Amino acid sequence: MKLTDEEQQVLDGAEGKARAHAMDLLVRYGKALGAETLVNTNNVCGGFVGALPGRRDLLPQISDGEKRDMDAVYSLLNLDSDVRLEIPKTKAMTYRLIDAMDPDKAEVQGVSAQTRQIVKDVNRFCQKIGVNTCNTCTPYQIGNVPVFGEHCAWMESSAVVYINSVLGARSNVEGAHSASAAALVGKIPYWGYHTPEKRRGTHRVVVEYEVDSMLDWGLMGYWVGERIKTEVPVLTGISTTPTPEKLKHFGAAAASSGGIEMYHIVGVTPEARDTADAFGGNPQQDALVFGRRELEEAYGYFSTASDPNVDFVVIGCPHASLVQVKQVAELLDGKRLSPGTDLWVFTPKALKSMADRIGYTEKIEKAGGHVMSDSCAALSKVSPDNVRVAATDSAKQAHYLPATMKFPTWLGSTGQCVEAALTGRWSGGLS
Amino acid sequence: MSRPTILTGRSVVDGFAEGEALVTSQEISGFGGTDAATGQIIEVHHELYGRSFKDKVLVFPGAKGSSGWASHFQSARVHGTAPAAMIFNIMTTKMALGAIVTRVPAVTDLDQDPIRIIRTGDWVKVDGTRGVVEITPKPV
Repeated sequence: MKLTDEEQQVLDGAEGKARAHAMDLLVRYGKALGAETLVNTNNVCGGFVGALPGRRDLLPQISDGEKRDMDAVYSLLNLDSDVRLEIPKTKAMTYRLIDAMDPDKAEVQGVSAQTRQIVKDVNRFCQKIGVNTCNTCTPYQIGNVPVFGEHCAWMESSAVVYINSVLGARSNVEGAHSASAAALVGKIPYWGYHTPEKRRGTHRVVVEYEVDSMLDWGLMGYWVGERIKTEVPVLTGISTTPTPEKLKHFGAAAASSGGIEMYHIVGVTPEARDTADAFGGNPQQDALVFGRRELEEAYGYFSTASDPNVDFVVIGCPHASLVQVKQVAELLDGKRLSPGTDLWVFTPKALKSMADRIGYTEKIEKAGGHVMSDSCAALSKVSPDNVRVAATDSAKQAHYLPATMKFPTWLGSTGQCVEAALTGRWSGGLS
Repeated sequence: MSRPTILTGRSVVDGFAEGEALVTSQEISGFGGTDAATGQIIEVHHELYGRSFKDKVLVFPGAKGSSGWASHFQSARVHGTAPAAMIFNIMTTKMALGAIVTRVPAVTDLDQDPIRIIRTGDWVKVDGTRGVVEITPKPV
């Protein structure tokens, strides 16, 4: 890789061992990718330190001889260094993605004392090194809205596909180590979706079905991800402007079933003023058609549940917008959940405080539900006790819950999910 | 015993390893797709569902799914359940970073499609430094 003098100096240790290690990791990563240079970034979103299940299991195995503190944990889990490094303040503006629990709901979430302690330690460490603990998978919903063309280094596939496609920002899906390294040195390899070439469409998807509900958009995303894997779909035939929620669900699903990091919707997304603009001179592969049959095919992927008795309803994957919280509040207003069924709505803390102020939270909680932040069922692995069957309005969550929590999971519209929470029984499906 | 087949490609992570091949034509997820504690594939619809990649030469198209891919494979390394080596076709950031933190020899851009040439059970030597793969077919 060709480094600037400044980058070479950091690599040689001019700014200390941690930044030298971070630069070395980025250089090895860039070489592996086939990148030639690094690019500056001042917008990093990452998963910081191993509070999440699976990662926190590794904590006792970190042995350093001298100290087993957060610097040592960060060195291994976030920078892949066997040696404990003194972690300096982040150089780039840096935001934390999802955490292991909601501190205000730790009891309800059934979080152990040990995990609560880890979460506290991690948050204190984030303060120390200057990581903004937004603790959401949707930073773009709470004020981190990159401008068109901005080079970012974000983790969280659903967030990256959103900012690339909907906002025109430039990021690859980073991992914990590359995001953490980028935070320390303000650089990321110039490769992939940072380059204009990679952002061009590769496959046309002709949408012949009138996709309307959030469920439709989620299913279409899941189907597109299955088919187009890691390339760049161009959707044509969308006649109404989708809401941010629909695009959030579409991208999250496409990034879960496949590895879609960028898509174009002709006439909607900013790099697709028309079909030619979206393809940017790329040859157009044979077009795929998405119709009612494909919608049904996509729904057929979600057949993990057969028992209609639902104990647990999950809303808010990716984290719910205020519109979604409002919808749930209105559907629950004045009603009571079935005694054997829990309903948890996940939304960023900043939106939760608005929901509190407007009264949405009260409506949901009076009905017996919970509005939670900072966490999510599948990733934080939090749930009520003894869940046998779950239901969700998110294709992404329905993709992960059977794998990470072993819950057979129904997928339906938000209305169907709330209905299941009120009756304790699933009666949803494709309309 | 058939003669070994040689494939040549590009180095992703340096080093040498050998082992039995585990081949899939489907991308692999980290978080939610594999269990780092056992090395097993847990994605319900995956053709390798229930199989473990521990100590195998994993031959696959590439990475998919959550951005926790590299963390997940780093966890597998710490747990001792990582593959012995990785051979893949599609370069992504998940794949590049994942291979680096798994710290096993890894190659890509091979001159023939490894998913078609290599069969599960074949003995495969991976020279990650030179980007060379040597395949000895499993005796029939």
